[in-house]
Amino acid sequence: MEDLKQKQSLFKDVQKMVQSCIQCGTCSSSCLAVPAMEHTPRHIWRLVQLGYKEEVLNSKTFIYCASCYYCTLRCPRGLPLTQAMAKLKEIAVKTNLKKHKSSMNFYKYFVKNVCCHGRVNEIELMTNYLISTKNPLVFLKYAPLGMKLMGKGKLPFGNALKEKGILDVLFRKVKEVEGKI
Amino acid sequence: MNYLYYPGCSLEGPAREYDLSTRALLNSLDVSLTELPDWTCCGATAAESVSYLLSLALPARVLAIAERVDDCDQVVVPCSSCYLNLKKVEEKVKKDPALLEKLNIVLGAEDLSFTNSTKVKHLLEVLSKDICLDTIQKKTKKNLASLTIAPYYGCQCLRPYSVFDDPEVPTTMGPLLKAVGAKVHQWGMGPKCCGASQMTTKSDIAVNYITDILRAAKGADAIVTVCPMCQMNLDAYQEKVCSAAKEDLHISVLYLPQLLGTAFGLSAEELGYDLNLSVSKNLKQKMKL
Repeated sequence: MEDLKQKQSLFKDVQKMVQSCIQCGTCSSSCLAVPAMEHTPRHIWRLVQLGYKEEVLNSKTFIYCASCYYCTLRCPRGLPLTQAMAKLKEIAVKTNLKKHKSSMNFYKYFVKNVCCHGRVNEIELMTNYLISTKNPLVFLKYAPLGMKLMGKGKLPFGNALKEKGILDVLFRKVKEVEGKI
Repeated sequence: MNYLYYPGCSLEGPAREYDLSTRALLNSLDVSLTELPDWTCCGATAAESVSYLLSLALPARVLAIAERVDDCDQVVVPCSSCYLNLKKVEEKVKKDPALLEKLNIVLGAEDLSFTNSTKVKHLLEVLSKDICLDTIQKKTKKNLASLTIAPYYGCQCLRPYSVFDDPEVPTTMGPLLKAVGAKVHQWGMGPKCCGASQMTTKSDIAVNYITDILRAAKGADAIVTVCPMCQMNLDAYQEKVCSAAKEDLHISVLYLPQLLGTAFGLSAEELGYDLNLSVSKNLKQKMKL
């Protein structure tokens, strides 16, 4: 129930962001990932405007957004399109959308990692993410690069921060303030 | 010249040579850096996918720490992703006082606050706008005339905020490269996307982006970058790209301050060349390293 409410409220945010979209398609023609998408960004914004929540959230369009900001830069209406794509990812993370579990896990583990250590710990992040894929072949895919980076001392085990849990308070407060919205 | 320095997480790990070369280069230009004490992660692009408020609170915390340091109100950031996150807070808060208040509520929980008085600058902005081109020319001891360099800007130092360069046709690296004698490779890929973290989550499509960039760089001796993610995507996956494309697309990739530092006569050790993943022997010979 909580999930559904949150999903609706966040989806409304996206609707507000793109409500004045005129369907010119500049975003789609600027997007590098269009060949991999079943719905172009322009199409997604139309579906958002019309309230087709499930179609939008089940599409891979927002998963393929790499935050290059070409669409945001070029949108003749000045709409925050990259931010709207991120908001769709946020809905997927917050409501545990199964379809996009793998990509969402990466974002989740990243943030967890930062919360825990204050700075990114690449070894832990990649290990947790790769385990979450439950595919040993993916491990093999990244092993050579991991070894190479380790060999060059580019994957430190710790960081220079002395205080453990330095971001605990900030994370707690963000949750509290967000809960009030 | 004094700047606060926010290295960001990558520069402590996979992009250590970017940190080493930035510090060495700026030091030789008599720019002093004060690293922010106990800085924390900016959230990269991942935080926004988890929580919008968190994605602004993390960089706001960094800016709050910056404001605690006396006598300096500008922070230089070499990583484009960190730069954009800090810049985003700077720009958004300018237009939205309510956001400043909200972020201060979050920061207040650990007795921090910020007023948005710190100017956020990318390393490329400092090198191309704050430092006189004459100074770069005068510092050059080793002419790099035998080299053709492909300047790669990536996305997030250019877009969505057009602060110091054209977001579609960037040119700021050109004069810097020419100042040290190098030729500039003419290509249109400078501001294109490398795929960023998609190389981890959706590598099947990100490989295509990298292939296009490496292919367009053919004819250049090296690509120079100003972002740890661009660097990693372009230099770490070359074997994969070459075998998928069935053509030789190997090329040296180095950070801009490494190239400029080389021209200034700084040693390969100071500039962290042993940490790069793809700098060819041939390039090192040409640079007399």
